Amino acid sequence: MAKSPRITRRSFADYLLGTGLVALAGTVLYPLARYLIPPKVKEVAAGSVVAAKVGDLQPNSGKVFLFGSKPAILIHTGQGTYKAFTAVCTHLACTVQYRGDIGHIWCACHDGHYDTISGQVLAGPPPRPLAEFGVTVKGNDIVVTRTA
Amino acid sequence: MRIFARLALVGLAVGAVWFAHARPIPAAPAPAATPAAPSPARPFDSCVDCHRNLGGRLAAPALRIADDIHVKRGFSCAACHGGDPRAAGLEAMDPKKGFVGKPKPAQLPTLCGNCHSKPEVMRRFNPNIPTDEVARFFTSVHGQKLLKGDTRVATCTSCHGVHPILAVSDSKSPVFPTNVPATCARCHADAQYMKPYGIATTQYAEYQASVHGEALLKRGSKQAPTCNDCHGNHGAAPPGVTSVANVCAQCHGSQRDLFVRSPHKAAYEAAGLPQCTVCHSNHKIVQPSDAMVGAAAPAVCAQCHAEGSKGAASARAIRTALEDLKTSMASAADVVARAENAGMDMTDAKLPLSDAQTQLILARNLVHSLSLREVQSAATEGVGLSQRAADFGRAALAEIAFRRRGLIFALAVLVILALGLYLKIRAMPGPSASS
Amino acid sequence: MHLGGWLEDRLRWRAADAFLRHKAVPIVRHGYVYYFGGITLFLFVVQVVTGLLLLMYYKPTAEAAHDSIRFITSKVQFGWLVRSVHSWAANLMVFWVFAHMFGAFFVGAYRRPREVTWISGTLLLFITMTFGFTGYLLPWNTLAYFATKVGTEIVGAVPLVGHGLLVLLRGGEDVTEATLNRFFGIHVAILPLLTTMLLGFHLFLVQLHGMSRPESRGPARSVAFVPNFVLREALIWVIGLGVLATLAVLLPWPVGERADPLAPAPAGIRPEWYFVFMFQTLKLIPPHVLGIEGERLGILAFMLAALVLLAVPLLEHDDRKTRARRIALALGIFAVLYMAGMTIVGYLVP
Repeated sequence: MAKSPRITRRSFADYLLGTGLVALAGTVLYPLARYLIPPKVKEVAAGSVVAAKVGDLQPNSGKVFLFGSKPAILIHTGQGTYKAFTAVCTHLACTVQYRGDIGHIWCACHDGHYDTISGQVLAGPPPRPLAEFGVTVKGNDIVVTRTA
Repeated sequence: MRIFARLALVGLAVGAVWFAHARPIPAAPAPAATPAAPSPARPFDSCVDCHRNLGGRLAAPALRIADDIHVKRGFSCAACHGGDPRAAGLEAMDPKKGFVGKPKPAQLPTLCGNCHSKPEVMRRFNPNIPTDEVARFFTSVHGQKLLKGDTRVATCTSCHGVHPILAVSDSKSPVFPTNVPATCARCHADAQYMKPYGIATTQYAEYQASVHGEALLKRGSKQAPTCNDCHGNHGAAPPGVTSVANVCAQCHGSQRDLFVRSPHKAAYEAAGLPQCTVCHSNHKIVQPSDAMVGAAAPAVCAQCHAEGSKGAASARAIRTALEDLKTSMASAADVVARAENAGMDMTDAKLPLSDAQTQLILARNLVHSLSLREVQSAATEGVGLSQRAADFGRAALAEIAFRRRGLIFALAVLVILALGLYLKIRAMPGPSASS
Repeated sequence: MHLGGWLEDRLRWRAADAFLRHKAVPIVRHGYVYYFGGITLFLFVVQVVTGLLLLMYYKPTAEAAHDSIRFITSKVQFGWLVRSVHSWAANLMVFWVFAHMFGAFFVGAYRRPREVTWISGTLLLFITMTFGFTGYLLPWNTLAYFATKVGTEIVGAVPLVGHGLLVLLRGGEDVTEATLNRFFGIHVAILPLLTTMLLGFHLFLVQLHGMSRPESRGPARSVAFVPNFVLREALIWVIGLGVLATLAVLLPWPVGERADPLAPAPAGIRPEWYFVFMFQTLKLIPPHVLGIEGERLGILAFMLAALVLLAVPLLEHDDRKTRARRIALALGIFAVLYMAGMTIVGYLVP
């Protein structure tokens, strides 16, 4: 059938189809491409976290870091070993810290003291000890893992 | 048929072998041995045997005497009352054999102290039991009054019970921690009984309404203090006004440490005010709230600091710092909740929010230092953390808005495509008859 | 030589092209039923594409699975879109595979010569449900963990082979990381392989026999497959894309809490919605019926129903409105009402 000089409905439909298909291709391929590009954020490997590098922490000092969605504390003890515990105080959930002057994990809120051997309560209101995490040194990394 | 015979023989052989190796039928279990008697055979004790059958008032002491901690350790009635339990009949109560009968109240501390004040005696039963109770008792208000001749005061058996005297660790003992308030209340809540002494009798009721009372009496928590934890038990006396903080510091150490370096310590001492109880009361200690801090009633600061004074201004500023922190945390939590409800993952925001909560707890405790600077420092840090959480929330909400805009765009593209398809469909030739 | 000739030499595409151009789709009452298969196919393609994309970031271990999903939805660019589309399309696909099955059933499209098409289709339906069951566990969240526990427990009640099946599915006696490994392998390798073969076979058979034409009064009319039907199908697919995008943005699929096997099961655990009618049935059956354990009876009943479903073309195969046809129709309506009703009851009753 002959095509009339003005834009027929058919070719308008073709135009829409063409544009639509190209636009759809772009709308699908753009997110797809962005998806495949690896994100810059470090992958969160569930059960373990590199808490610090060897040499970051001086002996008899501690560092609070994020583990999962809760704070945790890594301690480089005066004897040279690494210990890791949850940093959520068992009294009222304040974030604890390490005090090198007394060698205890300490909660500033109500003066709770925990030992660094197994997280047991030494003084103050906390009712329960701090849960301990596993620490392994892999090369230059200090890796903290959830113990089973 | 021969096959069947062979099969039968094989079956018998297998059965025999199996039977031979089978576990023997277990013998019937031996009857349980009768449990050994808990104590060596009780020597003939005429006191208990006789009194038990007398009935009424005279029988009462003998009925449950077997529960008595002393009897369990091998003592007889004669250990306290004297006499000879081996003699039958009234010869057992011969004064020549040491019988003292019913001791007078004033004699009780000395009587009990005959054993309980002697370490060389007590260590045979418990090497760690204190042996200074009698000495302490005579320093107490009860002991002092007893020395002056007042026999209405509490003595050993008033609190520890008698016939039987139960161990302190026995939950039925009147001095078991959860029973102590009721024991003290027997006298101290009896307005009639306490009239000659002119002291209040509301302490028990107030204690029951307090957080300590609720913890101890309703929840059975042994962490909570009872009367003797603050007043002492044998050396019972109200703490002096300069000692209150140290009494409370048995548990509330950090608050005491903050208080003693605050301006209130010297001020209260000068005014003879009883430290912690000025704000927190002594018996009716309720859950503290931020409403206690401020320049106007119901804030406790207003008890002393008149409106317009420097103290009132400081109190108001401290309260403002706390309220500002709480407002900031609430609005951050709201933003985060909205983002979470819309489906965004808000784990990153939870940490600063919980850290902000830590700062609030810290700031509230720092109120005891009365230092505006310290409270504001903790509060400001908390506000910063809340804002960080709110930033996460707002970023998430912005992402949601971005996604919705993206959706509109994508739908627009699809609509164009759909329109194109639709028009083409309309332009198609109609259905044809199939062959 | 132009491209067409080059391809013709090597692929003989012109025969396929001619075939498609001659293919006709009947115009019938309830003609919309013809589109159901295409919708299901569209959703399957979406699943394959989004599934492959998810494979780029998903980690199939108990420790990392949940966090990898969290990572995809929160850190990977457009990860939220891929994941939500995958979850939504999965549910929609199960719905449409049932709709397609019932559609074909009610128009009698299983009759000669399409019996094998029907059987392959029924098998594909079972495979789709298995896809859903295995995929549901992969995020390793609380709901998924306990739903899998309940679901495999029910499998264990199948007579004779039940326990063996349970151990085989779970990779042990309990739901553990081993279960996750197995379900992952089943979901991304075994089932896709089976589906490719069966689906290819199913589609080939559909082309071979053409679209079925149920009985109708009046002259038989039809439209060309290309372009009429294809354009309409494309339009439906475009609408489907729009629906998926809207659902993914406005109703994102939740990530949930990481599964803790030591925690007690939350109240009101139930399997995914497309198993709820079975689950609810089992809950309602009395503990003992005629001396047989109620649960076993229920499972046997469902297995019987599945067999009947497979055997439909062998049971009812006459073109005329026979008694068998009426029974089949009645059973079909009963099945739809029963499944829908039990699903609703399963959600209303705590």
